[in-house]
Amino acid sequence: MGKKLLLEHIDVPGIQSLNVYRQKGGYETLKKALTSMTPEQILEEVKTSGLRGRGGAGFPTGLKWSFLAKPEGVARYLVCNADESEPGTFKDRYLMEKIPHILIEGMIVSSFALGANTSYIYIRGEYFYVARILENAIAEAYEAGLLGKNIMGSGYDLDLYVQIGAGAYICGEETALLESLEGKRGNPRIKPPFPAIAGLYGCPTVVNNVETIAAVVPIVKDGGAAYAQIGIGKSTGTKLISASGHLNKPGVYEIELGLPVEEFIYSEEYCGGIKNGKQLKAVVAGGSSVPILPAHLILKTAAGEPRLMSYEGLADGGFATGTMLGSGGFIAMDEDSSIVKNLWTFSRFYHHESCGQCSPCREGTGWMEKILHKILHGHGTLADVDLLWDIQSKIEGKTICPLGDAAAWPVASAIRHFRNEFEEYVKQGHSIKDVKHYYRLNHLPEPVN
Amino acid sequence: MPKVTIDGVTIEVPNGTTILEAARMIGPEVAPPTMCYYSKLETSGGYCRTCLVKVSQGSEKDPRPMPKPVASCRTQVMDGMVVENNTSPEIHEARAGVVEFLLANHPLDCPVCDQAGECHLQDLGYEHGKSETRFEFPRREFERKDIGDKIQLHMNRCILCYRCVKTADQVTDCRVHGVMNRGEVAEISTYIEKSIDNDFSGNVIDVCPVGALTDKTFRFQSRVWFTKPVDAHRDCVKCCGKVRLWYKGNEVLRVTARKDQWGEVESYDGKTGWICNTCRFDKKTTADWTIDGPSKISRHSVISANHYNSLKALKATIDRQKDALPHGEKVTLGHGALDPNNESK
Ligand SMILES: Cc1cc2nc3c(=O)[nH]c(=O)nc-3n(C[C@H](O)[C@H](O)[C@H](O)COP(=O)(O)O)c2cc1C
Ligand code: SF4
Ligand code: SF4
Ligand code: FES
Repeated sequence: MGKKLLLEHIDVPGIQSLNVYRQKGGYETLKKALTSMTPEQILEEVKTSGLRGRGGAGFPTGLKWSFLAKPEGVARYLVCNADESEPGTFKDRYLMEKIPHILIEGMIVSSFALGANTSYIYIRGEYFYVARILENAIAEAYEAGLLGKNIMGSGYDLDLYVQIGAGAYICGEETALLESLEGKRGNPRIKPPFPAIAGLYGCPTVVNNVETIAAVVPIVKDGGAAYAQIGIGKSTGTKLISASGHLNKPGVYEIELGLPVEEFIYSEEYCGGIKNGKQLKAVVAGGSSVPILPAHLILKTAAGEPRLMSYEGLADGGFATGTMLGSGGFIAMDEDSSIVKNLWTFSRFYHHESCGQCSPCREGTGWMEKILHKILHGHGTLADVDLLWDIQSKIEGKTICPLGDAAAWPVASAIRHFRNEFEEYVKQGHSIKDVKHYYRLNHLPEPVN
Repeated sequence: MPKVTIDGVTIEVPNGTTILEAARMIGPEVAPPTMCYYSKLETSGGYCRTCLVKVSQGSEKDPRPMPKPVASCRTQVMDGMVVENNTSPEIHEARAGVVEFLLANHPLDCPVCDQAGECHLQDLGYEHGKSETRFEFPRREFERKDIGDKIQLHMNRCILCYRCVKTADQVTDCRVHGVMNRGEVAEISTYIEKSIDNDFSGNVIDVCPVGALTDKTFRFQSRVWFTKPVDAHRDCVKCCGKVRLWYKGNEVLRVTARKDQWGEVESYDGKTGWICNTCRFDKKTTADWTIDGPSKISRHSVISANHYNSLKALKATIDRQKDALPHGEKVTLGHGALDPNNESK
C-alpha cells in the first residue's frame, strides 16, 4: 500500500465534521504551527518538502511563497484555487467533499505562514453543494475558535471566505480568478506584475490549488524532510489522481509520486485494468490540456524504461514522446475509442471557454473545433489535418495565458501520434465504425513532427 | 538608463520603457505593428498579439533568451536586452499567424466599409497577410447597432482590441459599454443597448483600428482617399479644438482628431488631443475653423498615395534584412506591399 497523507481518514464515518476530524488528530498541526513555529519556520518546512503546485504547472510551492512581497502596512492574501474545471480532473472536489477540514486547516496554517489575515476559497459555480460543505466546516471552525480573532490564543487573526464562481474554466487561471474574485469580468491579467507583487486588490497574493494547500498539513505535521522522503527525485510526496475513462475502477487515488503507470492502470490496488478486458489505446495523463500518448508510450518511455507517474517521469521525452503530470486527470481510452472524436470534445471545450481577449486563442480555438467537426463528420481533407497542425502551432506560446497552449497541445499530440486515424476519417468519414485496427496495433512507429 | 538593441540598433531609454516604445524611438523601420496598444490609454495593449517580438537576450545580467515571443507593448526593456523584430523569420511567421486569426472571422467588407483606406487591419493585411483565406466556415455575425445617434457599431468588424472600452473608461465621464460574452462570440456592447451619451464619446471612433466604430454623419459619404485632410483649429471650451477636417471639394465631410505617425491621436504638451462631440459632429463648415494647412499623413495604406514615407522606410528595413539573411534565403512580402504605384495608379 502506498502512503496516504491526504486520504488516510477518508473512510472514517463523519470525518466531514469537526469533532471526528479532531479525534483523528485534526487541527493538531495548526496548534503546532501557531504555538511552536514562526511563519519563517513553516516556509522552511514547505521548501524542504519539495512540494510542487498541484494545480497543473508544478511550480515549487516554497519558492512561490518566498516570492510574496511584504511591504509594510499592505494586506496580503492567500487564495485557494478550487475552480477545478479541467476536463478529467475531480480530485479537489473529492477532497473538499469528503474531508473539508483538511483544506480549512491547510488554509489557516498557510495563511499564518504568509502573514495573511483574510483568505479566500474560490470555488467553481457547479460545486455549489461543495461550497455549502466548506461553509459548514468554516462555521464549525469559527465556533471552535480556529478561525476569527486570536486563533487558539496565539494572537493570530484570520477570516476565511468561500466565493462561488459562475462556472468558467478560465476563472481557474490565477489572474482571471483574482479578477473574478474582485467582481470583474474573468479575463486573465497581462503579466507582469505577478500576483506575488500585485494580486487581489493590487496586494501581494499567493494563489494555490486545493490539494497544494491540503498537503501543507502533513508537511508541517511530520516535517518537510519526512515529506521529501516520499516520492521520487524532484517529485516529492503524494498526489491525488482523478482516474476516469475505460478503467475497471475509476476514481480518485492518492499515489506516491513515482508509481509506474503500468501498476496504476493494471494493479488491483488502483484502477484494476481496462474495462471489459479490452486493450488500452491511449491515455491523457494530466487533464485535457496535456498531450495524449498512445499506450506504448504511456507505459514505457521512448527508451523502453517503465514510465513513472511523476513530474519528470511523465515529461520524459519532451512533447515528442512524453506528456505532463498536469493536474493529475488521468483519462484512459480503450481500443474502441476514437481519438478524433475525443479531440473534438476537448476542442469544443476550449472553444467555449476561451475568454476571447487575445486573437490567437479567440479565433484559433473556434477554427480548430470547426475543422475537427468537419473531419469527424466525414467532410475533411488531408489538407485539413495539416491546417490543424499549422493553427495549433500559431496559437501555442503566443497568447496571454496558458489556455491557448492548453487548446493547442491536445491537437498537436493527437496528430503527432494518431495521424493515421485522422487520415482514416478523411477517407471513410463518419461511416467509420471499426476504428480498432487503425491505431492500437497500428499506431505510428515513429511520432511525426 | 537601460540600453536595448532592437533589430541591430541600440538605444538608451528611460527605466520602465516598453520594447515597443523603445522601437518607436528608433523609428518606424523597427517598430512592430500594433492593433490594440495605444500609448494614450492606460493598460492598453497585450490583446491582439501583432506586436510580438523575440527576445534573444533577456538582459546583461541574465542573458538567457525568453522562451516565448513576448508582446512588445507590454514588456519592459532590461539593460542589455536584445530584441528581434523584423530580423526574425519566426516573428514574421507568428505575425502572419496573428493576421490570419484577426481576419478569420472578419467580414472582409472593405468595399463598403467607411474605414477602408485608413484601416490598420488593411495595412496589416497588406504587409503581413496572405492573399487567400484558409478559413472556410461561415463568419460570425452580429447585428449592427447604433450607439447613440452619431456612432454606429459594426461588431462583425471588431477585433476586440479593447481600445474603445478603455477610451470610454478613461476619457469620458461615465462608462456604459464594455465586453459581453466570451471567446469567439465576445462582443462590444452597451449594456441593455444604452446609448453612450456624453461629450467625448466620439473619440471611440478615432481609436478604433478597424471599421467597427464609425461616424454615422460620414456614413457612405465618400471613400476616405477621395477626401482631403486639412488641419484646423478653433477655440473650444470643452477640448483642445485641434482637429483634422476631411474635405471633398469645399465641403467638410468629416471631422476627426489629428493623428500621429503611429495612427494615434496627437498629444499637445503631453496632453492627448481628444476632441469633443461638438467639434466632431456639429462644426462642419469651413467658417467654423481656422485652417492650419494640409495634413501630413504617413500611413502605409491606400490613403497615403502621395505620402509614402513609411513605405520607403519599410522597404529599407526589408532590404537590410535580406542582406542579413544567410545566402539563398528569401523574404516573402505581402502582395504589392512595396509597389508605391500599386495604389496611386
Ligand atoms: C485556463 C487555466 C485553468 C486553470 N484552472 C485551474 C484550476 O481549476 N485549479 C487550479 O488549482 N489551478 C488551475 N490553473 C492553474 C492556476 O493558474 C495556478 O497556476 C494554480 O492555481 C497555482 O496553484 P499551485 O501552485 O498550487 O498549483 C489553471 C490555469 C489555466 C491557464
Ligand atoms: S489565451 Fe485564451 S483564455 Fe487566455 S487570455 Fe487569451 S483568449 Fe483569454
Ligand atoms: S469596436 Fe473598435 S475599438 Fe472597440 S474593441 Fe472593437 S475594434 Fe477595438
Ligand atoms: S499591440 Fe501589443 S498586443 Fe496588441
